[in-house]
Formats: sequence, structure tokens, C-alpha cells
Amino acid sequence: MKCIAFIQTKGGQASKASLEAAGFAAGIGETIAVVSGVLNGDGGLGAVGVGRVLQGPADLDDGQLGRLVSAAANQEEAHVVVCAQDHLGKAIAGRVSVRLNAGLIAGVTEPPQGDNYTRNVFSGKATAQVKGATDKLVITTTPNAIGLPAAGSGTASVEAFNADLGERKVEVLEAAAPSTGGRAPLPEAELVVSAGRGLKGPENWGIIEDLADAVGATTACSRPVSDIGWRPHHEHVGQTGIAIRPNLYIAIGISGAIQHLAGVNGSKVIVVINKDPEAPFFKAADYGIVGDAFDVVPKLTEAFKAL
Amino acid sequence: MEFLVCISKAPDTTTRIAFTEGDTRFNEEGVQFIVNPYDEWYALVRALELVEAGGGKVVIAAVGGADCDPILRKALAIGAHEAVRIDAQPEDAMQVAAEIAAYAKGQSFDAILCGKETIDHNGSAVPAMIAEHLDVPCIALCTSLNYEGDKAIMTRETAHGIEKVGVSGPFVLSAAKGMAEQRIPNMRGIMAARTKPLQVVPASGATAGTRIDRFALPPEKAGVKLVDADNPSELVRLLREEAKVI
Ligand SMILES: Cc1cc2nc3c(=O)[nH]c(=O)nc-3n(C[C@H](O)[C@H](O)[C@H](O)COP(=O)(O)OP(=O)(O)OC[C@H]3O[C@@H](n4cnc5c(N)ncnc54)[C@H](O)[C@@H]3O)c2cc1C
Ligand SMILES: Nc1ncnc2c1ncn2[C@@H]1O[C@H](COP(=O)(O)O)[C@@H](O)[C@H]1O
Repeated sequence: MKCIAFIQTKGGQASKASLEAAGFAAGIGETIAVVSGVLNGDGGLGAVGVGRVLQGPADLDDGQLGRLVSAAANQEEAHVVVCAQDHLGKAIAGRVSVRLNAGLIAGVTEPPQGDNYTRNVFSGKATAQVKGATDKLVITTTPNAIGLPAAGSGTASVEAFNADLGERKVEVLEAAAPSTGGRAPLPEAELVVSAGRGLKGPENWGIIEDLADAVGATTACSRPVSDIGWRPHHEHVGQTGIAIRPNLYIAIGISGAIQHLAGVNGSKVIVVINKDPEAPFFKAADYGIVGDAFDVVPKLTEAFKAL
Repeated sequence: MEFLVCISKAPDTTTRIAFTEGDTRFNEEGVQFIVNPYDEWYALVRALELVEAGGGKVVIAAVGGADCDPILRKALAIGAHEAVRIDAQPEDAMQVAAEIAAYAKGQSFDAILCGKETIDHNGSAVPAMIAEHLDVPCIALCTSLNYEGDKAIMTRETAHGIEKVGVSGPFVLSAAKGMAEQRIPNMRGIMAARTKPLQVVPASGATAGTRIDRFALPPEKAGVKLVDADNPSELVRLLREEAKVI
């Protein structure tokens, strides 16, 4: 089955979440990637199994990208379109689904089994096996869920591509100002250090930042912490915040309420540091330290630095 | 300004999830339903604020059966002016979006506000689909909405940070945290909601593009391995040698 993979690039390279999506598509069938704008070489796409890249014009808005990807799918007679369930994917996938009259399976977390796709539902409290009910399908892959295929030695060929894209309707007034201070964005982060109300006040976040730096992690927080303004909104993880699935989640001074767990229980390994041995979070943890964060965290940071 | 806010019904966030009928259906027994938090806290409240400041009205719409009516009444109690229920039992985002778009096509809303995702389906799919049906822009993961004259000015989250954008003409947005603050309905609002119009309109007959075969609960954790508070290097060793995550 022929697939189209929509790829988001930065500095001419495919984003990691997009490479995961392309690798996922290549596992289904012959995959042709679609990019908008600059690409260095093949952007790393050949290595994950992409044979050809269709390079569309730069600076397109969501409506135009939807047209570009749909036109590529039509030209190639592809039956499956894949992209990452990231910020851009959430703006594009639904458009392609409507244009192609293709069912959309959003946020897939595993390679397909036959025509069954597994995705998270109820904010990570359950999974669902979903099937397409249309001839064509659009699939988005959850970042950091499926991982990259073993790197191959292939190189993808790049061809210019264009279609009737209509006019641009969204004007960018100010380009993105980084919000994560150079760290990986939370939905894609492999390592996350997170803290809650147990930290007592925003002035105490220094030990959390230090640990995050030592681990190379992105910082996150519980909801009350962002609600009271100790930390920015975009750090709030959980059922009503961002859902994450890092390889390692270190939770410090967080009780482990069901709404918090809902957004983080996809993490591969969970470490909990809490002074209360009865904190519910320990039940969801792989490793734990019962102790005072102000005492344990600086020592843990030293231990990471000693690696 | 006239806003359409898309409201979905979701299980309360404390719900322990269970399934019935051979794990093919969500077990609704004893489940409390709420307005999907993103729809209520952010999309609805921001629309109300803009109308309170500049005039106009806020219409809310849900695609669903009569079981959605209490949710619509709650949103009316918070301040929405009119409610519309599109009478269908939607099976997926494609069906929901087609129904909302079919309804909105006959109206003249300045903007359609959705939540960034439903907390039960987690698709983040409906808003872009509505936008494509109506051929208008979709600002996904929007964190603020203001107007400068006729132009809507929004900030949105992107992979690279926060971006400021402008749109002239109608659009769809999906609301994320930061857009507004949650409002608790007061007694007056609750009383007023009883007499506000809740119109039930027939569905256009849109169909779903996917179907759920089976649900499952995630595997239980094996149990926590505790490390002594005085020996954090042991934790680092376990993470490296046993869990192999660093
Ligand atoms: C509709 C709804 C949606 C929600 N969505 C979310 C969500 O998305 N994300 C989310 O996080 N929450 C969410 N919540 C809130 C959730 O129910 C909890 O209230 C919240 O997660 C608690 O945050 P916390 O663990 O930081 O604080 P607390 O519950 O106050 O816990 C603090 C913890 O720190 C420990 N502690 C205290 N001092 C120390 C110390 N010196 N060293 C070590 N440990 C210490 C305590 O033992 C305690 O376990 C939601 C709630 C509702 C009603
Ligand atoms: N049945 C529904 N009726 C009305 N609006 C809905 C419905 N389902 C989803 N929506 C809207 O679409 C948004 C995203 O939903 P989803 O794509 O399911 O994550 C929600 O936050 C709602 O604003």
C-alpha cells in the first residue's frame, strides 16, 4: 500500500517526530514524503525508508499545507497519509482527512497489526484498537511512542512539487519565540523532570532546573503549580495539560492525582520523589525515593553529574 | 461578534475507566459527565468575554443525543446565549465535524471555537476538519484571541514556541490553556439557563470514517523499587543499567 508522509522540517532537517511518522509509513508500504520549503539533502528521510521526497513551496499556512499533502496523495494514488500528532499535525491531518474523504486515526502509538491501529484514549487511562471505515486513511503518530526504525543506508530522491494551493489566509505577525529555553518541547521530550506543590514556591525551582540540566531533560509541572503562576502554562502536564510519553519521567513533590497520572502514565520509566510514603504516585512508579525534595534533589543532581 | 462554541460531553476527570460488551463499549454506569474542560474553561469563556466587551452572542453546539442536554444547560448557565444540539450519535471526529460544518454553513459566525481536544477521544481532530469543510483557516492550540478592528489576533503554540498570527474573516480555533480562566456558574446563571433556547436540529446524515474495535486498559505496573534517600547514585545506576533510559 502506497503511503504519503508529511514532514515538518527545521533548518532543512526532518523533525524527529516527522521521522518517526515516516518510518511508521515505510513499515506499511512504499512511502513518498512531502515537505514544504528548504531541505538539506534528503533531510534524513532516506535512512528511515523513504524513497522519494516531493518538495513543495515554503511558507504555507495550514490550509495550503492541507492542499499540498492531499494533492500529493492524489497524484501518487496513495491510500495512507501519515504525519506526526504534533502542533502542525493537529492543524493539517483533519484537513487532509476531509479533502480525501479518508477516516482519521489520530495519535497512534504502535506499529499496525493488520488493519488495526492502537491509540490512547481517555487521556492515557486506556487504549483503543481502531480500524478505518473508508477506502483511504489518514494516520497521525504520537511523538516518542513508536521510535525510529534502525537507520538504513538509503537516500531519498528529491523532486519539486506544486499544486493549486489557494491563497494564504493566516498572517504570521511575530515568529515563534522559544518557550522551552532550548530544551526539547514537552510532547517530544525523551527525558522530563517535573515538580509539584511540594516545592512550596517558585523561588525553589532552581534545584529542579539544575537536575533537569544535569539529566538533559525538559521541565514540567503539575496543574496547580501553573494555575498559581509558579510556572508557565506550557509546562502543565496531565489530563488537562500536555500528555507526554518520555522514556524517563522524574516527578518531585507531586502527589499523583488521577488527573496528573492520566497525562504521564505513558512514560516508559517513572521515578517518584516524595516525602510521604503513602503518596499515590508511588503506585504508578517504577523507582522511588521517600524523602524531602530539598535534601534529595541536589544530591541526585550531583549523582547525575558524576556520570 | 457572533461565536459558535463546540461543546462536547466528557466523563469527569476522576472517572475510573471500565468497558463492557466484550470491551467494545465504554461503561457509562455511575459515570459523571462534564463539559469537556477545554471547551468550557477556555473556548466558551473567551467567547463570552469578547461578547461582554463588544456585543454579539455566543451560540453553543453539540453533536449528540439527549444525554448532552445537561451539558449544554451547564454551558448556558456559564453564560452562553443559545444552544443547538445536532441530533446524532457520532462515532468519530469526521462525523462530528461534518455535522457542525453543515450547521454552521447556513449561519454567519465570525469564528468557531473548539477545545484543543476531547479528554475521552483525545483526537485533536475536529477543529481542522470543520475548517476544511468551510474553507477557512484553523488556528490550532491557540492560547489567546483578541480583535484589532475586524482582524483577529491570536497566539498559538508551535513546535518552536509561541507564534502571533492574524486572520481577517471567519476562522476556526482550538483552545489551549492560557486563553481564559475557568468560570463557576452562579445561581442567577443557573436559573437563566433553564429558559434559554436549546434547539434540537436533525443531523445531515454524515458518516464516520473509522470504527473502534476494542478497548483495553494499560498493563499494571510491577511495583515500585525504592532507593534509600541517602544513596541517590544507586538510583542513577538503576536508571542506567537496569532501566537503560539514560
Ligand atoms: C478537572 C480537573 C482536571 C485536572 N487536571 C490536572 C492535570 O492535567 N494535571 C495535574 O497535575 N493536575 C490536574 N488536576 C489537579 C489534581 O487533581 C491535583 O490537585 C494536582 O495534580 C495536585 O498537584 P500536586 O501533586 O503538585 O500538589 P499536592 O496534591 O498538594 O501534592 C504535593 C505533594 O508533594 C509532597 N511534598 C510536600 N513537601 C515535600 C517535600 N519537601 N519533598 C517531597 N515531597 C513533598 C506531598 O507529600 C504531596 O504528595 C485536575 C483537577 C481537576 C478537578
Ligand atoms: N460531539 C461533539 N459535539 C460538539 N463539539 C465536539 C464534539 N466532539 C468534539 N467536539 C469539539 O472538537 C474539539 C476537539 O475534539 P477531538 O477532535 O475529539 O479531540 C472538542 O474540544 C470540541 O470543541
